[in-house]
Amino acid sequence: MARNSSKTRSLSRRRFLAGATGLSFGLGLAGLELVTNATADDRVWPNWWLNISADGTITIMSPAAEMGQGSFTALPAIIAEELDADWAHVKIASSPLDAKKYGNPWYNGSLSFSSSATVRAYYKPLRMAGAQARRVLLDAVASKWGVPVADLSTEPSAVVHPASIRRISYGEVAKFARPPAELPKVEEKDLKPLSQFRLIGADLARDEVPLKVRGAAKYAIDVRLPGMLYAALLQSPYDGGAPETVDDGKARKIPGISAVVRLPNGVGVLGVSFEATQAAKNALTVTWTNAPGASFDSEKSLVAFAAVARDKSKRGIDYFNAGDVEKAIPAAKTVMRAEYRTRYVYHAQMEPLNATASVAPDGKSAEVWIGTQSPSGVMSAVAQVLETTPDRITVHQHWLGGAYGRRSPADVGIDAVRLAKVAGKPVKLLWSREDDLKAGKFRPMTAHYIEAGLDADGMIVAWHHRVIGESVVAYMSPASFERIGGKDHILMKGSVLEHYGFPHRRAEFVRQICGTRLSPWRGVGVGHNLLAIEGFIDEIAHSQGRDPLAYRLQHTRNSPRATHLLKTVAEMADWDRPREGRALGLAIEKKDETLVAGIAEISLDARRGKIKVHNFWAAIDCGVAVQPRNIAAQIEGGIVYGLGHVLREEITIKAGHVQQSNFMDYQVMRMEDVPEIKVAVISTDNMPTGVGEDGVPLTAACVGNAFARLTGIRLREVPMSSTRVKAALGGKV
Amino acid sequence: MVAVTLNGERQEVAIDPDTPLLWVLREHLGLTGTKFGCGIAACGACTVHVDGNPVRSCITPLSLVEGLSVTTIEGLSSDGQHALQKAWIAEQVPQCGYCQSGQIMQAAALLARNKNPSRDQIVEQMNGNICRCGTYLKIIAAIQRAAREG
Repeated sequence: MARNSSKTRSLSRRRFLAGATGLSFGLGLAGLELVTNATADDRVWPNWWLNISADGTITIMSPAAEMGQGSFTALPAIIAEELDADWAHVKIASSPLDAKKYGNPWYNGSLSFSSSATVRAYYKPLRMAGAQARRVLLDAVASKWGVPVADLSTEPSAVVHPASIRRISYGEVAKFARPPAELPKVEEKDLKPLSQFRLIGADLARDEVPLKVRGAAKYAIDVRLPGMLYAALLQSPYDGGAPETVDDGKARKIPGISAVVRLPNGVGVLGVSFEATQAAKNALTVTWTNAPGASFDSEKSLVAFAAVARDKSKRGIDYFNAGDVEKAIPAAKTVMRAEYRTRYVYHAQMEPLNATASVAPDGKSAEVWIGTQSPSGVMSAVAQVLETTPDRITVHQHWLGGAYGRRSPADVGIDAVRLAKVAGKPVKLLWSREDDLKAGKFRPMTAHYIEAGLDADGMIVAWHHRVIGESVVAYMSPASFERIGGKDHILMKGSVLEHYGFPHRRAEFVRQICGTRLSPWRGVGVGHNLLAIEGFIDEIAHSQGRDPLAYRLQHTRNSPRATHLLKTVAEMADWDRPREGRALGLAIEKKDETLVAGIAEISLDARRGKIKVHNFWAAIDCGVAVQPRNIAAQIEGGIVYGLGHVLREEITIKAGHVQQSNFMDYQVMRMEDVPEIKVAVISTDNMPTGVGEDGVPLTAACVGNAFARLTGIRLREVPMSSTRVKAALGGKV
Repeated sequence: MVAVTLNGERQEVAIDPDTPLLWVLREHLGLTGTKFGCGIAACGACTVHVDGNPVRSCITPLSLVEGLSVTTIEGLSSDGQHALQKAWIAEQVPQCGYCQSGQIMQAAALLARNKNPSRDQIVEQMNGNICRCGTYLKIIAAIQRAAREG
C-alpha cells in the first residue's frame, strides 16, 4: 500500500506478528457481509471495511482520495460514530482500490472523488454499516450473557448491561463473537439520533497531518523504483496536435538520455535523471499537426462569445427552464440586462502532475503509482491504452499534492504507461511547472448575458441567464455529453437559483467549440456563473433603490436556510456600519445542496488600480456539519483560492499557445494578499452536503459588489486586475 | 565529489556539481520531504536551510553548498517534535500538505533569529512560499503558537 496513515503502519505489523484473533466485517455499501470470524491476520484486510482485534483496536478502511479536503478521516469517523467506537482506538487504513466494495455511490460505485461528493455520498451507507456492526456485537453479547439484546447498550467501544452493571469491551467481544448465519437488519430508525453524536460534529485531528509536517507523507512524485528511468514529455501546445516533425539531434546528445519516443500527443524523453530529461525535452524541436485549437485566440474569442450572448436568436440548450420566461420578460414592468465575462484559469496544484508506471513484458498488465481523484478512471483509461481489462491494472494511490479537479483526468497516468511500455522498465514521468501550466486543462472562459423582468414592486419575476462557453463535459467525455443531452452540469452548475424562486427562470447554455483543454476547476461553473448572477442582483437592487441584503432577503423568503445565512453573515460583518474608504459586497450561492453566503470588505488603491480585500466573512449550511473545523478550513481555503482568480490569475491563449508559463506570470494568492477570514458553520439536520469547493464561487461576486458600492462602477470581468480596474475607473482617478 | 554536511552528517556526494540541490536531495539521496513546485524559486516548496539560512534548493547548484551544512525537513528535528511541527499539528495547518515542508523550513529560519516575530514580520518572511490550498492564516497562527509555546 502506497498510502499509509500515520497510525496504521505499526499496527499492521503488530497484528501480523500476533496473529491476533478478532472479528472482521466486510461492510459492503449494499449492506454488511460478515465473512468470517477472523483468526486471520492482516492478509484478510483487503476484503473488509473494518475489523476489531482482541486488543480493542478498530481498523476502519478509508477509500477517499485525500487531497486536503479531509475525507480520508471523515469517512471512518462516520462508521465509528454508529459503531460507537472509541476514536482513540480507531486506526484508519487506506482501503484496497476495489470499486465493488468501496466505490463512491455518487459515481455509480466507481472509485472517484470529486465534485465535493465524498462525505455526502458515503454518509448514509457508512452510518448503516457502522450501526450494523454494532448490532452484531450486541447480539453476540446478548447470546453470551443470556439477556435480551434490547437490554443492552453501548458506550464508546464497550457493550453495557445496565441492569446487572456489566460492561465488556469490544476487544473482549471480538474474542468470542461468531458470525451469525444471517446478518441483522438495520433500518434508519436504528441509527443514532443527531443529539447523541460524539464524533460527527466534533473536531477530530486529521489522520495524515503528522506525516505532512515531517515531510514523511508520500506523494506520487516521491516514488522511486529500482531500475526506473525518468521521463519528460513535450506536449503539443494545443489539444489534439500530434508530432509531425521531430528534430531530436540536440536532445539525444545530452548525457544520460536513452531514448526519444513519439507519443500520439507529444514527444517523450527517457533518461537517467529529471534534470537530463528536462534539458533534453527543452532541446527538442517539434512541429505539430493541425487541430481545431491551433489558431485559437482567447481574447478575440471572448469578444465573439459576448456578441453571441447578446444575440438571443443564437439558441442554446436549456439547462433549466421553469415558468414561461419568453412571455414573462416582455410582460414585466421593467426589464434589465447585464453582461459579464470570465477567463480561463489554471488549477496550479502545488505538486506538478506525475506518475510512475511499470508495464508487464506482455504489455497486457501494468502498475501505476499516482495521486488521483479517480483510481477507477486511471484503471479504465490505462486498460484501454494497453488493450486489456481494468482488473489487470494496479493503481497505487498516494496523497494528492493538490487537486482541485485537475487530478480527475487520467492523462499523465496514460502517458507514463505508454513510455514504460516502450522502455521495458519502470518510468517516472514528471511534468515541470511549465509543462503543467502550458498543457493545463483549464476552467473555460465564459460570457454571460442575463435579462431580468421586474414587477411593479421591483421584485424579480423572470430571469433568463445565457452562458456562452465550451463544454467541459464534452471535452472529458463526448459519450457523457451525448447522454445528458448537452446539459453540461459542470459549466452550468449554480444557475438554477432555487433559493430565489423567481417564478420564471431559464438557464441556457450556448456551446462554443474552441479546441482547448478543459477540466473541472474547484467550484466548477458556480464560480463563473455567480459573478454574473450575484453581480446582477446587486445591480438590480441598486436600480430599485434597495439595500442588497434586504433585497435578497425579500427574494429568499421561501428558503429559510438561505435567509438564515444572509442574516448570519450580515451580522458577522456588521453590514450596516459605514466604513471610511472601504465597502462591503454580499453574495449567496447554492452549489448542489450546500448554501453559503459571504461578504467581502475591500478598499482601493485607485492610482495603482489595486483592490485590497481586508476581511471576508462567510456562513455555510452544508447540513449536518460532520467535521466543523475542517469545514471552516475548507471554506477559508476556498476563499483564498477564489480570490486569486478574482484579483490576478488569468490564462490567455494566442495562436493556440498558452501565454503564461510559471508562477511569475500566473500569480496565485500569497500570504500578503490574504484577508482576515471568519467562517460560521451552521449545522442543520439536513443531509451533509459538499464543502470543498464552496468557498471559491463567492469571491468574484463579493469583491465585484463591494467595488461597485465603493466606486459606483461595476466591474464585469474577472480577473479584476489592476489594468482592468484602472480602465474601468477611466478618468476618475 | 562534493562534500556537504547533510542533516548533521558529513557526506561525499558523487554527483555532477551543477545539479540543483533539490534533485540531489530528492532523487539521488531519497530525501523526498523537500518538494518540487516551480523550479524557478517562485514558490518556496523546495526550501531547505544552508548554514541556517532558508534557501531555494531548486536553483541552488550542489557546488554552491560544498563544505556547508544543509538541513532538510527530515533533519529539522530528530523526532518530528520541533515547536513548529507541534504547532502545525495543533492548528491543523496542512490540507494537501505538499508545500508544508517548505513552509515549516522557512518559518524555522525566521524563529531561529527572531523568537517573537510580529505578524508583519511573519508575512514578510513567508510571502515567497505559496500554499495553493490557502492555509496562510493557519500558518500565521501556527508560527505565533510556536513562538508562544516554544
